[in-house]
Amino acid sequence: MSAAWQVVVGLETHCQLATASKLFCGCANAFGAAPNTLVCAVCSGQPGALPVLNREALDLGLRAALALGCNVAPRTKFDRKHYFYCDLPKGYQISQYDQPFCTGGGIALASGKFVRLARIHLEEDAGKAIHDRGAHSLVDLNRAGVPLIEAVTEPDLSSAAEAHEYLTALKEILQFAGVSECDMEKGSLRCDVNVSVQRPGGARGTKVELKNLNSFANVAAALEHEVARQIQSLESGGEVRQETRLFDAEAGVTRTMRTKEDAHDYRYFPDPDLPLFTLDEAHVARVRSYLPELPAARRARYVKALGLSAYDAGVLTASRATSDYFEAALRHNDAPKELANWLTNEVAALFSDAASGVRSIDELPFKPFDFAELVELARTGRVTRSGARTILRAMCAQPRAPRELMRELGLETVADSGQLERWCREALLGREKIVADVRRGEEKALGALIGPVLKLSGGKADPKAVREKLLELIRAS
Amino acid sequence: MSDATALERVDAALERAARLEARLHAFLSLDAAGARRRAAELDAHSGPRGALHGLPFAVKANLCWSGVETNAGSALLAGYRAPYTATSVQRALDAGAVALGVANMDEFGFGSSGENSAFGPSRNPWDLARTPGGSSSGAAAAVAAGSVAFALGSDTGGSVRQPAALCGVSGFKPSYGRVSRYGLIAFASSLDCVGVLAPDVERVASVLGAISGADERDSTCLPEPSCSAPAPRSLQGVRIGAPREHFGAGVDPRVAACVRAALSELERLGAQVLEIDLPHTHAAISTYYVVASAEASSNLARYDGVRYGKRERGDGSLQGMITATRSSGFGAEARRRIALGSYVLSSGYYEAWYVQALKVRRLIARDFERAFERVDVIAGPTSPSLAFALGERSADPLAMYAGDALTTPASLAGLPALSTPCGLVREGDSDLPVGLQWIGPHGADEFVLALGAAWQRASAHHLARPALAQEAQR
Repeated sequence: MSAAWQVVVGLETHCQLATASKLFCGCANAFGAAPNTLVCAVCSGQPGALPVLNREALDLGLRAALALGCNVAPRTKFDRKHYFYCDLPKGYQISQYDQPFCTGGGIALASGKFVRLARIHLEEDAGKAIHDRGAHSLVDLNRAGVPLIEAVTEPDLSSAAEAHEYLTALKEILQFAGVSECDMEKGSLRCDVNVSVQRPGGARGTKVELKNLNSFANVAAALEHEVARQIQSLESGGEVRQETRLFDAEAGVTRTMRTKEDAHDYRYFPDPDLPLFTLDEAHVARVRSYLPELPAARRARYVKALGLSAYDAGVLTASRATSDYFEAALRHNDAPKELANWLTNEVAALFSDAASGVRSIDELPFKPFDFAELVELARTGRVTRSGARTILRAMCAQPRAPRELMRELGLETVADSGQLERWCREALLGREKIVADVRRGEEKALGALIGPVLKLSGGKADPKAVREKLLELIRAS
Repeated sequence: MSDATALERVDAALERAARLEARLHAFLSLDAAGARRRAAELDAHSGPRGALHGLPFAVKANLCWSGVETNAGSALLAGYRAPYTATSVQRALDAGAVALGVANMDEFGFGSSGENSAFGPSRNPWDLARTPGGSSSGAAAAVAAGSVAFALGSDTGGSVRQPAALCGVSGFKPSYGRVSRYGLIAFASSLDCVGVLAPDVERVASVLGAISGADERDSTCLPEPSCSAPAPRSLQGVRIGAPREHFGAGVDPRVAACVRAALSELERLGAQVLEIDLPHTHAAISTYYVVASAEASSNLARYDGVRYGKRERGDGSLQGMITATRSSGFGAEARRRIALGSYVLSSGYYEAWYVQALKVRRLIARDFERAFERVDVIAGPTSPSLAFALGERSADPLAMYAGDALTTPASLAGLPALSTPCGLVREGDSDLPVGLQWIGPHGADEFVLALGAAWQRASAHHLARPALAQEAQR
């Protein structure tokens, strides 16, 4: 039944810019400080205080615009958007209404579909209101005045999966460009969804806005539920009301927050405290020259020039930190496949293991140089893979050169052929049936012999060398 | 007096201000202890003296003064102590002036009579039954009574010039952006100017020299150095434009005659007076009330009872609290302007009202640009009427607004404008001052002040003082 319906989705995404200070005052832009400690006369809306634009915010916004291929307006202005709420100190938010600083641009999805951006504008964040701590509401203004960009797409998305993919790509790009942390848990990335359903070729359906979506998974889940709700309503002869709905992640439903009748008239007008500001071409060019290589370009290069799989390239570029780490290691060890393999498997495993004490790439206590060396030791058989894994763990606890740790822990593989032969001969004793199998050409059976040798060696024998030695001994016997 | 110590001057000023307060109600508060402490510090300090050394001054209640109740004449901000000091006030203090107290005013600057102060009106030292003008009502009364050497006020549509005219003192509104607005409690951001009231233009100029100049905390402040003291100059050959529209219907004939006489004096001093036209003058009041109210409705949105000032519980909900706080906290005129301003900004009306007003504002500015191709300065009455009786217009907002007809054009165009006393008119038992308004091209602040000072050197109108001031002199 739902095949007969088209889903039309547009996203409005707010990202906090990673500036040192707020958009219109000198207060620090930081997450997690004690409530109301990062406030001043300006961002707490004291009478007589005036905003002064933080040019760093403008430059970060510009970087986002350039990374997303937008057109930058040569002149732009700020407007006041009015509404009353306890977390909005001035009774208006300084935002941009009819002249956003950039328009156009967009993101290409894997399918080849291009999701167009209508605009990106710059605005200040509100504070935070907390209503569930007793009789009184609490207000924390640390966030008030933090710079945000709001990126608004055209209604080009047609499924929850596409919305998810777009958000993932947007996050990657903004992180790579150093524009925003894009951490939904900290609220540095927030997303509102507009969704309607319509018959193919039919009139555009009534748009519903979804709010309170605190993860990409929730965006997708809310969309699934809302699309189903709208279709069911229409198919049972009902209608879709224009309204704003909140997603209840636990119940998995959306609920009416406000209807069109309560829609605000924000009474936008140009902020007379802030003059028009200009972005001259030379400045735009300068900001453009500082843009790093973006994830899509990096991924393509990893596949083409480094010969990585598309999957590995994707995992490596999922975060700027991982990708940068990989590239740094690559400068010391020209073995992209091995580095990628170690980074996406063994290093990634550390993050999910509490015992390692390392939760993300940023927390790795050792330098890419040491990591590159470790991979080299494993690649050349100086340590076994399991030995290298042990060294990796040791490097987390005490960031020292892997070569040193290898010696200290006695993990260097034994290259002494005589010793290797003694271990192999010992392992062959009493395993005549397996030896016979191998001789009959069942090389798979050899595995049952390699294990005991490694055990006898205490992990110091290189499995490859053991395998060769065993074959040699069996053939000779 | 110039040999007196700062402490002696401040003590004398405090004594006079306190003695006259029951009659004038010029002040909302006097900071006697702070002023005396500061004066003693100045006397003890042996280094170079600031340009305003030891001068006691009044601070209009909408200029933030750290630690002092800065309530802008509003019940909503009763008890609000500013956490910082306005740039203009700080610069006056840094130049050695001593802040004596907070001057009364119409709530947030909304008014031309001082009657919209939530704390009772100030009275005119020339006639206690009359208004000192507004909104810098207390500032003008305090200067006219001789209680302070100068006052810092604010002028959005005439709030320094009109009370200066009605109280017989000199009052100056600088070019928009010449003095930082940081710490000036906003009424209409694109019009608001910090201004100066003083007994004569020379004093006005020295205060302006101290408080003007670039300020990185106000993005609309001009990136220019502070105004320099105007060099003495003559009026010889100065072309003065007298706008026909400033002497027409609605202007008290006695006021018009007094100003015409002053223009004749200026001609005798060598100036050339030319009749000019400012054809959009008639649209100034309506344009002003659309633009200023729109901005005011926005600037006053922060008074919601959440963070500071008065709070009414209402029905206990957030919206209920905000509504109750604003309904009872703002006076009638503030509520009227918020309603008007919200209307002209609302969707569907914005283009027809606000955008249209901006277009007319541009036309008014162009009138001036054209006029300044022919003349050096424009002169006419500051206020169309003499000081009126308290209560006379308070029930008729439109009559009150009409009083701004001659001051709002320069505000809309952002031009420097000065009011200087130009004579007295006898009404009943009182002599009432008349003000001559000088309007110069944008940025010509020093020039306008130089002309005013030249005239005051050659005339005596500015020396007239109300009887009350002389009595207090004793």
